[in-house]
Amino acid sequence: MTNLIEIKGVRHAYQTPSGPLPVLDGLDVAVPEGGFVAVVGPSGCGKSTLTRLVAGLIKPDEGEVWLHGEKVKGPRSTVGMAFQNPVLLEWRSILKNVMLPLEIVPTKMSRKAQEERARYLLGLVGLEGFEDKRPSELSGGMRQRASLCRALVHKPEVLILDEPFGALDAFTREDLWQTMQKVKEAEPFTGVLITHDLRESIYLADQVVVLSGRPARTQYVLDVPDRGHDIEQLYTPESAEMLAILRHQIEVAQGRAPVEEGVA
Amino acid sequence: MSPRLRKIAVPLAAVVIFLIFWEFLVWAMGWPNYKMASPSDLVPAYTRYWELFLVMGWQTLWRTVVGLILAIIVGVAIGMVMGFSRVMREALYPLLVGFNAIPKATVVPIVALMFVGAHDFNTVLIAFMISFFPIAVSISIGLSTLEPEYRDILRALGASQSTIFWKIALPKTLPEFFGALKVAVTLAFIGTNLMEIVSPHGRGLGALFDSGKTNSDYPLMFAVLIALAALGILLYYIVVWLESIFAGWAERAPG
Ligand SMILES: Nc1ncnc2c1ncn2[C@@H]1O[C@H](COP(=O)(O)OP(=O)(O)O)[C@@H](O)[C@H]1O
Ligand SMILES: [Mg+2]
Repeated sequence: MTNLIEIKGVRHAYQTPSGPLPVLDGLDVAVPEGGFVAVVGPSGCGKSTLTRLVAGLIKPDEGEVWLHGEKVKGPRSTVGMAFQNPVLLEWRSILKNVMLPLEIVPTKMSRKAQEERARYLLGLVGLEGFEDKRPSELSGGMRQRASLCRALVHKPEVLILDEPFGALDAFTREDLWQTMQKVKEAEPFTGVLITHDLRESIYLADQVVVLSGRPARTQYVLDVPDRGHDIEQLYTPESAEMLAILRHQIEVAQGRAPVEEGVA
Repeated sequence: MSPRLRKIAVPLAAVVIFLIFWEFLVWAMGWPNYKMASPSDLVPAYTRYWELFLVMGWQTLWRTVVGLILAIIVGVAIGMVMGFSRVMREALYPLLVGFNAIPKATVVPIVALMFVGAHDFNTVLIAFMISFFPIAVSISIGLSTLEPEYRDILRALGASQSTIFWKIALPKTLPEFFGALKVAVTLAFIGTNLMEIVSPHGRGLGALFDSGKTNSDYPLMFAVLIALAALGILLYYIVVWLESIFAGWAERAPG
């Protein structure tokens, strides 16, 4: 199986007024084609930095990032991104917001096909009928759905989600998890999901990567078996066990628990 | 009452009540003309000098507008430079603040002497100098506070800096820009009048005011003040109208 995303031994430091701030140090992540990897770790450890590296927005000081067998040297249109802040453009309708990437990425789609694709995606995430609304007329969860459509509209190979559901209330968040499962079935992509919600990570991803505290390295990798889309699966003993392992790993990463055997 | 009608009727009623109150106050206090003219004194001033008011009003208006357009061009340019480059922001900020802190009343005679006789030019220059500051600051703040995610959304797709500017940075800054323009339009107007009043043989409503002063024509002076207020309102609402066209999205739907 080839890995669509490969991050190998990446080191990165930000230059700050008080000297360099090492953020990533020996990071390895591999995501096979069609895979969906969740990345969890203490806040401020470098998760967003990781997404910026994959998107080609910054270059690593050391190590390499590969996408589809090519070394990442800069931004590429085969990436779609969504953040905690949905950053919709208030002066555009929802439909026009979703179509924004198509104005930048070279596309063979006709104008009509572009609009149809945007409408199809909006329908997929349950925003049918909101195409002509302004972002300010939508709830937080709906805006996040629209932001997801925008990230997908140009059929990216790689979808990068940086805590997309982090600012939503628990109920809305679970709704969006289910929407996400639906989207995953309908749209082929390889995904990286940054999250601080462990239940979210095992519900959505097929692999969970735990990063150490800053500077972050890959501390632990958990493979999650496919257990269907029922939210109830989060309350099985199997899930409880996985959550306990992850919670412990986070505590290790935060320096609150001693490192034990079996830690990667 | 329909909302449309109310939008016009309510401010109009306020003006009428204000005029009645003014008339009443002058009458009740028994103030003579040279202390405080009343609205009824202004009517003869307008009917006698209406041609002058039209000509002078037009001069004040066009010079204010030209000064303002210059202020927009230069202010937006400076704002862009400062918004995109931190070094330029740090370099230009103290200069701009210092320049803005100088009371323009002290600059007026200097400019008047520097370009003697070039009255139109001087007036436009002062209108420009007094009004570009808020525009430059608003644009620079709007651009420099753009959340990085907005930039990243487009940059991750390989968009150029200029695409990011036109598609996101500029439209996102428009509400702040129009806020600043509302301040700038009033300032430019003040600048124009300062120069008109100070310049010998000036033109515009400021000069008309000055001639009223020289001839002790108090109703004329008050009439000029009211005409200035009317012009100021006109300019201001033109900006409000432009804002509703270009940045109307920033206004929350009522309710
Ligand atoms: N552009 C930047 N310049 C300097 N420091 C930064 C920059 N971006 C992030 N950092 C710092 O790097 C660390 C990691 O940031 P980030 O990757 O955003 O963490 P996370 O997403 O895991 O919370 C934080 O301490 C943050 O303050
Ligand atoms: Mg982050």
